[in-house]
Amino acid sequence: MTDATEMTLEEREATLGGIGCARKRKEDIRFIQGKGNYVDDIKLPGQVFGDFVRSPYAHARVKSIDTAAAKAVPGVLAVLTADDLKPLNLHWMPTLAGDTQAVLADEKVHFQNQEVAFVIGEDRYAVSDGIQAVEVDYEDLPVLVDPKQALAEDAPVLREDVEDKDNVGQGTRRHPNHIFTWDVGDKDAADQAFSGAAVTIKEEIFYQRVHPCPLEPCGCVASMDPVRGELTLYGTFQAPHVVRTVVSLIAGLPEHKIRVIAPDIGGGFGNKVGAYPGYVCATVGTIVLGRPVKWVEGRIDNLSTTAFARDYHMTGELAADSNGRIAAIRVHVLADHGAFNAHAQPSKWPAGLFSIVTGSYDIPSAHIAVDGVYTNKAPGGVAYRCSFRVTEASYLIERMVDVLAQKVGLDKAEIRLRNFVTPEQFPYTSCLDWEYDSGDYPTALNKVLEAVDYKGLLEEQAEKRKRGELMGIGLATFTEIVGAGPSRNCDILGIGMFDSCEIRIHPTGSAIARLGTKSQGQGHETTYAQILATELGIPSDDITVEEGDTDTAPYGLGTYGSRSTPVAGAAAAQAARKIKAKAQKIAAHMLEVGEKDLEWEVDRFKVKGLPEKAATMKEIAFAAYQNLPEGLEPGLEAVNYYDPPNFTYPFGAYLCVVDVDRLTGEVKVRRFYALDDCGTRINPMVIEGQVHGGLTEAFAIAMGQELTFDETGNIQGASFMDYFLPTAVETPVWETDFTVTPSPHHPIGAKGVGESPNVGGVSAFSNAVVDAFAHLGVSHMPMPHTPWRVWKQCQALGIGE
Amino acid sequence: MIPGAFEYHRPTSVDEAIALMSRHGDEGRVIAGGHSLIPMMKLRLAEPGHLIDLRDLVSLKGIRPAGRCIEIGAMTTQQEVVASELLAEACPILREAALLIADPQVRYCGTLGGNVANGDPGNDMPAVMQCLDASFVLRGPKGEREVPARDFYEAAYFTARAEDELLTAVSLPIPPAGHGYAYEKLKRKVGDYATAAAAVVLTMSGGSCESASIALTNVGQTPLFAEAAGQALVGTKVDEAAVARAVEAAKDIAEPVADMRGPEEYRTHVTGVMVRRAVERALARAQA
Repeated sequence: MTDATEMTLEEREATLGGIGCARKRKEDIRFIQGKGNYVDDIKLPGQVFGDFVRSPYAHARVKSIDTAAAKAVPGVLAVLTADDLKPLNLHWMPTLAGDTQAVLADEKVHFQNQEVAFVIGEDRYAVSDGIQAVEVDYEDLPVLVDPKQALAEDAPVLREDVEDKDNVGQGTRRHPNHIFTWDVGDKDAADQAFSGAAVTIKEEIFYQRVHPCPLEPCGCVASMDPVRGELTLYGTFQAPHVVRTVVSLIAGLPEHKIRVIAPDIGGGFGNKVGAYPGYVCATVGTIVLGRPVKWVEGRIDNLSTTAFARDYHMTGELAADSNGRIAAIRVHVLADHGAFNAHAQPSKWPAGLFSIVTGSYDIPSAHIAVDGVYTNKAPGGVAYRCSFRVTEASYLIERMVDVLAQKVGLDKAEIRLRNFVTPEQFPYTSCLDWEYDSGDYPTALNKVLEAVDYKGLLEEQAEKRKRGELMGIGLATFTEIVGAGPSRNCDILGIGMFDSCEIRIHPTGSAIARLGTKSQGQGHETTYAQILATELGIPSDDITVEEGDTDTAPYGLGTYGSRSTPVAGAAAAQAARKIKAKAQKIAAHMLEVGEKDLEWEVDRFKVKGLPEKAATMKEIAFAAYQNLPEGLEPGLEAVNYYDPPNFTYPFGAYLCVVDVDRLTGEVKVRRFYALDDCGTRINPMVIEGQVHGGLTEAFAIAMGQELTFDETGNIQGASFMDYFLPTAVETPVWETDFTVTPSPHHPIGAKGVGESPNVGGVSAFSNAVVDAFAHLGVSHMPMPHTPWRVWKQCQALGIGE
Repeated sequence: MIPGAFEYHRPTSVDEAIALMSRHGDEGRVIAGGHSLIPMMKLRLAEPGHLIDLRDLVSLKGIRPAGRCIEIGAMTTQQEVVASELLAEACPILREAALLIADPQVRYCGTLGGNVANGDPGNDMPAVMQCLDASFVLRGPKGEREVPARDFYEAAYFTARAEDELLTAVSLPIPPAGHGYAYEKLKRKVGDYATAAAAVVLTMSGGSCESASIALTNVGQTPLFAEAAGQALVGTKVDEAAVARAVEAAKDIAEPVADMRGPEEYRTHVTGVMVRRAVERALARAQA
């Protein structure tokens, strides 16, 4: 019954294009031909456009808005203000963090470029003319851009709307500009360890405000069918199902009447997780006008108003013995959340997974406190290519381990080896209660040290230092925590953070799989098909992967926090296994043997002991529609909703070598060696691409990205003139490597990799820059390490001239 | 990022262009490559009622020898400057500087005339033109005149060009054979304006500096011709003491503003570093 081909086992495996093969990305065929379909490519009949009047002030009272002249502009159809949204109760919207956010400024503006009115018109030109014609009378108010000043006793109250509330969703407040305090760990134990410690260090470490800055900005097309009463919302959504639920909850439309479609997305990096006023206003617009309304923001809008990342003012302390063995860590964070608490974290975690701050090290006790604060800046606080607040945590511990090494006079590789969680300790429970699934940190670090000839680099550095040259070697041995997450402790708006996969096998043996995640460039159409190919014995080329349409895809929580492979990838494997179980029944019927007499081999079930008697998955698929055992229903489909038992913990060891020009402050990255362990590797080429992208963004963050504000709250550098997006010219050459430590609880042992390089990369760059000055007594330098900042350090040391 | 309404004109002769400019006065703006004007229009910082597109003025294209000078038509693109064998041979600093402007895509559209006429202190070619002592040919309703690059710039976006004059060409004296040259530009990334940049052309004779010319980009309201800095080198062996004097003289006239590239102090300091490095490279290239 087998097919006539004479392929060997290896050839059959190769034909599948399954797990471990470096097949080319299926989605690239359309992308490189310019045939992608992004939100701004969507053109519906009768479509109109909308855009915002934005506030030039960071803090002001809106005394009046005159829309008459704007409404008289030819082509302008409507102008919405907060007063127009009030009757619908849509002038404010709930945030993912329990707070509310103004959709259109209601009596006050709280940050520069905040949305004040929404102009809808026949084309973008009419809208733009209309925006200019709206007259807003502002009365400016004192501005707060420094979170420390925001907590001063006499500080102006920013959020008058919640002035009387002692809780805005994430804990008790102690000041009108205070949002929450999040306190974890054993303070007494940590304090005790500090009081008896031989060595302690303390460092103020600021992780600047940055922005994920996807190449495609945010946008949507809202289209109400007034006859059917159905709303279709196309948008740049990393989590389309969550958007559908949110729209249903806030707009009061039944969820089955809402269809959310995320078409191709040009990068997300966390920026496209949340809900923005544009989505609400376009939706109101289409309901009011009965015509589709498109809103697509510009670059300045994207950088200055949609979700930023970091802005964490951290104070870190380590206590250690004289051998550099860490006894305790204490951290305090002043977290600048901007004008509304709209960061995207699982509901129960006001600082995300920041308590992964013990990193790769076996630290007996820890205490962390995070205070969230309002300022006159745009809201947000997303994970920019990292799991929730993990980059902040990892940057802090990796910097502090270096500071400690310096203090006790230990080599930075040696201090890491002395403090690592050892391979024998896995599964390892940290003192802050995370259960690390698997890891082998010393092997990873030693492999890197050998590959780069670490000893040789240290000798070269010593020589250069004698000559007055500045060379830095940076290490980062990070642990990520990804795959949010187990529903017992992870939810978004009360919905557990599971994910899903539905598979249909067609009679001729090809298949379609739909998942609850949404690729923004990660290559899901390629890699999910590989998981399914290996699990099902169907070539990955014969499997279509679809995501992003809530009418067809099973409910899922979307793609961010490196959760697609750990959660939806697991759902794919589990759904495939359900199909395989049914296939085994059909095969037994076809081959007239008992189910237990069969064994699986690559793409077929074989009768044990009779290798020539077998049924391929292709044959079984056809039989599923015409030749079934009695009592078995036809078809070959399955769906799985996967609630992960635990997070996964990818890790890596990175080494960076830099040379510093002390006269210009320019830092040249001479070498970057990145070893990643993401467990089972699904597609090495896709992994390498992810690592290259993550390292490039880490390089951008460490070396140049920042959004700053002047004292009146004017945002600085919010365009590509200043905001640092490195080109191929600035980007260093990446050397990549790997070890494989599978996750014991994941169906295929995979852990997720997209964000690891950003988590580990930032600290590796920063550590390298600081190390270039370490012999001169420097223990920390603020990011980003732009030429002028580095030169200021040179100048302070008297070596800048 | 949507411009306001405007009338679009596409003259086919210089005279027609000048007539349009005269007719529309400050309501009209000429557009060459558009890399400065279009972003300004999209931000509505510029809202010209009439846009006069120069792309059909073929007579304003081309690089040709003209006696002891080279004349470059205003509509010559930066890419054409880069590709010109004549310039590579006679005045190679132009290729070196043009290659530091933006990226290839921009250089295929951006023109030399637009770069020098706009008066943006961030543009690179104005300082190079001052360094070379080039002149700009301006044509208006009353005829043609030449203004030296060193006298052309008055303040940011303000130049000696009258509203109804068109900058039609750049005329540059061919530097002596064997001259040394360098354009040193510190920037944060490809496409960025200079944090500071310095153009240097010098000639050496018998181990001694015969002439030296230095100009600076983006460290003031206008490009800066650093006359004293150049003079500090003339008659010396361009030794350490002379270079140090040139560097100080250049820093003395630099008046950068603080921006995301760095505070004033830093930008002044790196002006000196750029001058030093440009002088060193120019010296290495000069024939004794």
